[in-house]
Amino acid sequence: MNFTAISIVYRKELKEWLRDRRTLISTVLVPLLAFPILMVGITALATVMIGKAEQEVPKIMIIGGEDSPQLLERLQKIDKLAIVPYADNWKDQISNKEIRAAVEIPKGFQAALAEGTKPTIKVDYYEGELKSSFGANHLQDAIKDYRDSVVKERLAAKNLAASVLTPFEIKQENVAPPEKVGGASVGGFIGYAVILLCLTGAMYPAIDLTAGEKERGTIETILSSPVSRFDLVMGKFFLVFSASLVSAILSVTSMGTSFAILGHSQLMHSSGGESLHLSLGPLSVVAVFFMALPLAVLFSAVLMTIALFAKTYKEAQSYLTPLTFLVVIPAVASVMPGVELNSKLALIPVLNTSLVCKEIISGTYHWNSIILIFASTCVYAGAAIFLAVKMFQREDVLFRS
Amino acid sequence: MIETRGLVKTFKDKKRGEIRAVDNVSFVCKPGEIYGLLGANGAGKTTTLRMLATILEPTDGTAIVCGHDVVEAPEKVRANVGFLSTSTALYPRLSSQEFVEYFGRLNGLDEVTLKKRVDEIFSRLDMNSFRDRRCDKLSTGMKQKTSIARTLIHDPQVMIFDEPTAGLDVMTARTIIDFIRECRQRGKTVIFSTHVMSEVEKLCDVIGIIQDGKLLTEGSLAELRARHNEQDLEEIFVKVVSPYLKNEEA
Repeated sequence: MNFTAISIVYRKELKEWLRDRRTLISTVLVPLLAFPILMVGITALATVMIGKAEQEVPKIMIIGGEDSPQLLERLQKIDKLAIVPYADNWKDQISNKEIRAAVEIPKGFQAALAEGTKPTIKVDYYEGELKSSFGANHLQDAIKDYRDSVVKERLAAKNLAASVLTPFEIKQENVAPPEKVGGASVGGFIGYAVILLCLTGAMYPAIDLTAGEKERGTIETILSSPVSRFDLVMGKFFLVFSASLVSAILSVTSMGTSFAILGHSQLMHSSGGESLHLSLGPLSVVAVFFMALPLAVLFSAVLMTIALFAKTYKEAQSYLTPLTFLVVIPAVASVMPGVELNSKLALIPVLNTSLVCKEIISGTYHWNSIILIFASTCVYAGAAIFLAVKMFQREDVLFRS
Repeated sequence: MIETRGLVKTFKDKKRGEIRAVDNVSFVCKPGEIYGLLGANGAGKTTTLRMLATILEPTDGTAIVCGHDVVEAPEKVRANVGFLSTSTALYPRLSSQEFVEYFGRLNGLDEVTLKKRVDEIFSRLDMNSFRDRRCDKLSTGMKQKTSIARTLIHDPQVMIFDEPTAGLDVMTARTIIDFIRECRQRGKTVIFSTHVMSEVEKLCDVIGIIQDGKLLTEGSLAELRARHNEQDLEEIFVKVVSPYLKNEEA
């Protein structure tokens, strides 16, 4: 191994890379801007949509209830709803979004209540439609209030206190530190994003330095120089690896900044009303970066090996697209609820790193798993580099016609 | 000095099976001499020269270039060789000077020597006006000059030219031909492949005719004329190659 030759190749590739707009966009701009744009965009859009839905007074229809004046009176008093006259096609009107919800009161409802039977009130709505859900919720709240008042009246008639229905309280309390809660919720996503951007950041330089070189006709030029094939591959490999790391570092930085800025926005609040706390401390950042290193080596070497088979840039792109799916599937699997790190999963490349990143971000450090994952990914990465070097020594690959 | 000893190169083809692109080729090319390898397309010229430049490894046999074996010490061979062909392209995002400097560094030149050599070559080839221009913005002639500068930067003792004028206009081709002559004057060992008869007549001290990977005949132009009883090189070529073409057609 000649470090001077490797360094000369690396510096030349770096110079060319910095002058290539295509690779700069995929390696620098996309990781830097993707998260802020995505997060600001989603937050802004969701805020606007929810705000609009909340401002609207939903139109609802009451079906039946002429013989149940008490319930009817309660429903008519809700100022958040606009009651429209009855029409036969109320279900179609809900589907066509002409009205948001409808309440079906069965015939003889009030009489049935008085007799002590158990009549059913139906609330019709459009599932998945935000404005319809708001209308249905208002209706249900009013109906529940009415039911509670009926219960109270019945208890009072039998001289029983309201507390007879709730002899004791149940309270759920979170004992996990806030950053662990945040890490468990968002940590998987961060690991997934870092892995994916490590791959995409390396993809274009890997193609450019292999298939691109063949397409431009410079492969014969460089092979006629005294640099050994091994040093040539290593010089190129270090550039692809650098691009992958730059992508990963920029994405983590960009993500951390985005979370810090938008951390207190409405979307970042859990359903309980408590703020979703996510702190990426320096140790977590260093640990995630450290775990991404061998994976970036693996990606860089594999991408170069595959892209070298291709004769043209386009052909290489078509070879590498399926590889993206191979990486996305295990990375997504790690985000799934219930998928937890164990000794078997610790040997599956990509999935293991994604899972360990999730744990690291939530503040859990299982050192045995971390060492196993780091070591196994290093072995895969070493094998991939060996394969890349071998591939560069194959004449049928370099001069494929 | 180049000495090939029974060079063989075979390729595997899915449809045609094993192809013997170069078949037991042996010749000697001395310093201060231009050896012309003459052959039709697909005759085995490029494969032979690629093996001499150690871009391809021989399947059998070997060659000694400047005292180094192409199989045993390919990197030492490449350090003594300048290889130029129409398929040795330039890096589009580097300037002409950066491109030449890159190959100078790969050839182990220190920065002081490199600067001196670059200045000298760029002045000699009249390249100073475009030394900072990116290679993708150069004209064909400028590109060829940059390629020549690349092959000269480490002052190699052996120059290998694989159809260097193919597809070039007259003026650019002339620059290359003049450069090849200059190499001979400087005492370099030059091997040159082409299928253009006039270039061979103008330049070569020794001519080797190759067909189907076999070196069919070799000698000076005068020797070939006497041996084949023809004055015109094209007639000599056809006479030598025809039996093999008939075999192929049969």
